Amino acid sequence: MNELLDPLILSRWQFGLTTIYHFLFVPLTIGLAVTVAIFQTAWVRTDKEKYLQLTRFFGKIFLINFAMGVVTGIVQEFQFGMNWSDYSRFVGDVFGAPLALEGLLAFFLEATFIGLWIFGWDRLPKKLHLASIWIAALGSVLSAYFIIAANAFMQNPVGFRINEVKGRAELTDIWALLTNKVALAAFPHTIFACFMVTAGLIIAAAAWHLSRNQHLETMRPALKFGLWMMVIAGGLTVLTGDQLGLAMVETQPMKMAAAEALYNTSTGAAASFSIFTLGTPDGTSELFSIRIPYLLSFLSTHTFDGTVEGINDLQAQYVQAYGPGDYTPTVWITYWAFRWMIALGLLHVLIAVAGLWLTRKGRDPKWRWMWRVAVWAFPLSLGAMIVGWIFTEMGRQPWIVFSLLKTSDAVSPGISGLDVLISLIAFTAVYGTLAVVEFRLIKKAIQKGPEAAPEPDPETGELQHTATVY
Amino acid sequence: MDLTILWFCIVGFLFVGYFVLDGFDFGVGMSLPFLGKDDTDRRVLINTIGPVWDLNETWVIVAGAALFAAFPEWYATLFSGFYLPLLLILIALILRGVSFEYRHQRPEKAWKARFDRMIVVGSAVPAFLWGVAFANIVQGVALDANHDYTGSVFDLLNPYALLGGLTTLLLFFTHGVVFVSLKTDGDIRARARTLATRSGAVTIVVAATFLVWTTLAYGSLLSAVFALVAAVALVVSFLANLRGREGAAFALMAGTIGFAVLSLFASLFPDVMPASNDAANSLTIENASSSAYTLQIMSWVALIFLPLILAYQGFTYWIFRKRVTRAHIPVEAAH
Repeated sequence: MNELLDPLILSRWQFGLTTIYHFLFVPLTIGLAVTVAIFQTAWVRTDKEKYLQLTRFFGKIFLINFAMGVVTGIVQEFQFGMNWSDYSRFVGDVFGAPLALEGLLAFFLEATFIGLWIFGWDRLPKKLHLASIWIAALGSVLSAYFIIAANAFMQNPVGFRINEVKGRAELTDIWALLTNKVALAAFPHTIFACFMVTAGLIIAAAAWHLSRNQHLETMRPALKFGLWMMVIAGGLTVLTGDQLGLAMVETQPMKMAAAEALYNTSTGAAASFSIFTLGTPDGTSELFSIRIPYLLSFLSTHTFDGTVEGINDLQAQYVQAYGPGDYTPTVWITYWAFRWMIALGLLHVLIAVAGLWLTRKGRDPKWRWMWRVAVWAFPLSLGAMIVGWIFTEMGRQPWIVFSLLKTSDAVSPGISGLDVLISLIAFTAVYGTLAVVEFRLIKKAIQKGPEAAPEPDPETGELQHTATVY
Repeated sequence: MDLTILWFCIVGFLFVGYFVLDGFDFGVGMSLPFLGKDDTDRRVLINTIGPVWDLNETWVIVAGAALFAAFPEWYATLFSGFYLPLLLILIALILRGVSFEYRHQRPEKAWKARFDRMIVVGSAVPAFLWGVAFANIVQGVALDANHDYTGSVFDLLNPYALLGGLTTLLLFFTHGVVFVSLKTDGDIRARARTLATRSGAVTIVVAATFLVWTTLAYGSLLSAVFALVAAVALVVSFLANLRGREGAAFALMAGTIGFAVLSLFASLFPDVMPASNDAANSLTIENASSSAYTLQIMSWVALIFLPLILAYQGFTYWIFRKRVTRAHIPVEAAH
């Protein structure tokens, strides 16, 4: 019973669940804002109705998704203080700054201009209305930078000193904090992955309609747009993921060792990458595995004869440096999360390349099951994103701030297990219910398809937009 | 000026902004059962705040982040100490926010009614609990030597705090109803004015009691002056509403809420979270604040960006300055 009511374990579950849930909506907020802005730009420049229809079609999905992103985002900020007050006391001087910058520079911009965009169809001049969606998109991308810089401090603390008297980390160099090498690599990796998820949604929506032979005028260009977006964003996600991997090996070698379940330090051919391992990957009971020699060496060091440190050696080093304790993440989670991220990511690029080939020069794929595969592009790309975050956060354990503060020392001392159990149940119930409603509404909006553009005013010839009123 | 004082003022300013702005959103939400006779009325009401509720709510995110960055100890003590009330506020804000977006997605009456109820509850709960929370901060709570809250959730529900909650609930309700009279036309505008007179009378009595209690028990000279300004503004707002001066009534309600919040902050100073059990455990602007370097960086950012933020938010309010009428609400399309 006591273990059930451990505020640490419950708080970790709560933070994990609420963060994953929040991040279901973040990629579409970022990616669809840009998508809608691109279609609207195309409409303003060409005056073609199909682009206006696409703007409004994806705009509607964007809004249903955006509301959830906003309200679940507040929970994220409050939780640091509510559940992790000792963490907040320890890092607030450093970690609070990017959060405040995010609010002042990005959130206000995003919230204000999205309001202008939704309700401004009939009140703003055409170009100003277009500018407002671009500014909102800029705000969302900017906010991603600040929050990833904050997260990068937890992975690779820089730009700070420890104030022994106050027992906390203090910021000494804001520029170092904002140009943390982990942030510089993780930001483009995350943004491009967000575009992959968005591309997944666009492909799925277009495939659903095209397989029913409807809305061809709009959904053909949408499919092409989505496929190219997936290929380009996918390629860039791979490239930036490689850079992030190098930064990770340098700053958190244990995370890479745990990603590969590599127990002993290996060099060259022995530093192989296992695609599949049967048996518990704890290094003692491996029954069967498919391995690519040299690949881990190459991923970690960009050379074929590099040395990759293993868990056992790192564990010994960390005991020397930080005192007795277990410094190994939960290996089966990191091992499989890392593989699923890569596998699902590559699968999507393949689907998109195949899609481009099959639909070249206005062709249709021969078999209907191909459309169904395309529809699955959306949930699976979201899955790739989620396991990526699970990998990077679980791979940091047992630290909440690598080398400075352990997760077990970060939880609020004043809260009881019962408090957290109540909140965990409340969030699970509310989030679960809303997930069902949200999924149905987005599905309904997609299946309804693009609507005809508004009628022009008989006198001025201007389109009579009505704002999407509540 | 000492930067900790500057940041105490900035945090105060952000909370003033939040309560003045989201305050009327809460009021509009709570007024649905009183002013929304039919679905068109209710859509008029919701659309008066449609373009702005999200940016208004953003003020609390920024206020929270500013608290985190400038006074990490205050943020940590407050948010972990008031765990369950904040949980309720979060759940309420979630339900309110999604309801605005969801209620018009389907035409069925039951569907709309469900989300209307969630808007009412999602507005009333934070309107009440923010008052409870701030009254407790002013009154002081039990803190240990590490500044962690040692009381229970029931200690937070004391008479002074409950009166504080009732005060913010009524202030926001009246604020929202006055906003409706300013932003609508026709029948609903007239009914809003009548309702504002009734709720305004009750609000004056409750808010005056709370401000006098605050001033006598926890006040300073400055907080007393702010409380007096708030009280006068509230009474004049009431009179302006009676005479049909909707713009003035609304501006004065904003002034009332702003100065009431300032009065609470002034009575705290130089503490930010007084310990009721032992003054040595109190959090002050000195022992709760971030380092001078962090505050310096943050000050530059705030001083450059806050005017810009006020400018573009002002622009939004100007763009949507027109009254919302029943004629603006399109007839329900067949879904």
